[in-house]
Amino acid sequence: MADANPGERPLSPHLSIYRPQLTSISSIVNRITGVGLLLAAFLIVWWLLAAATSPEAYAQANGVITSMLGDLVMTLSLWAIWYHYLAGLRHLYFDAGNGLEVETAEKLGWAVIIGSVVLTVLTLIII
Amino acid sequence: MRYLTDRKRAIGRGAAHSGTAHHWYMQVSAFGLALIVPTFLFVFGRALGSSHAEALEVFSRPLPAIVTGLVLVVGMQHFRKGMQTVLEDYTKKSTRKALLMISAALSYGLTATGLFALAKIAL
Repeated sequence: MADANPGERPLSPHLSIYRPQLTSISSIVNRITGVGLLLAAFLIVWWLLAAATSPEAYAQANGVITSMLGDLVMTLSLWAIWYHYLAGLRHLYFDAGNGLEVETAEKLGWAVIIGSVVLTVLTLIII
Repeated sequence: MRYLTDRKRAIGRGAAHSGTAHHWYMQVSAFGLALIVPTFLFVFGRALGSSHAEALEVFSRPLPAIVTGLVLVVGMQHFRKGMQTVLEDYTKKSTRKALLMISAALSYGLTATGLFALAKIAL
């Protein structure tokens, strides 16, 4: 501990020498969805600001976000947030010291993947 | 080997140089977001695509306005600190610092803009 290298420490994860596994990929996707949700945040704040500004501004923002491309982006964002939601819960479970056996961890990975799709479809039906 | 206590060696460690404070914040904000995000998805999903008058009516009610405000504040801070981990993993030195500043500016900027819009609609 006292002799820990104080200078340049290696960057992680070592993607180039790491064999892809369900557990690592599902964790990386959690990171990608988290970063990607910035786009959804931009669109939602734009929509809110437009609604607060004027009917014309609202018509424009609402039109873009509910266009074909807008619907695609928002549907993918919906999946991304459900994925991030479930994968985040999985991380909380891992952090508490549970579910770290390979078999359980892989089952949880599938639960996150399948669960995110199911919740996305359910949300689309409800809203 | 220097004569240091274990605590002294641990202080300022971790990729964030702040011990476990960053990790703990992510856990707390993840829990908070888990509570409010489903309601927000329902509220926003319903309001998206509605008429201007309907949208104003929805966000002038307490629950939609409060939940949206909370998701913005907690969500964007969760994003900022999550982004910090990403940047600490993949970038170094000045690039890292510049991107950390940009992601902080974006997070606070979006939060402030969204809160302004909510206040204008709700009040």
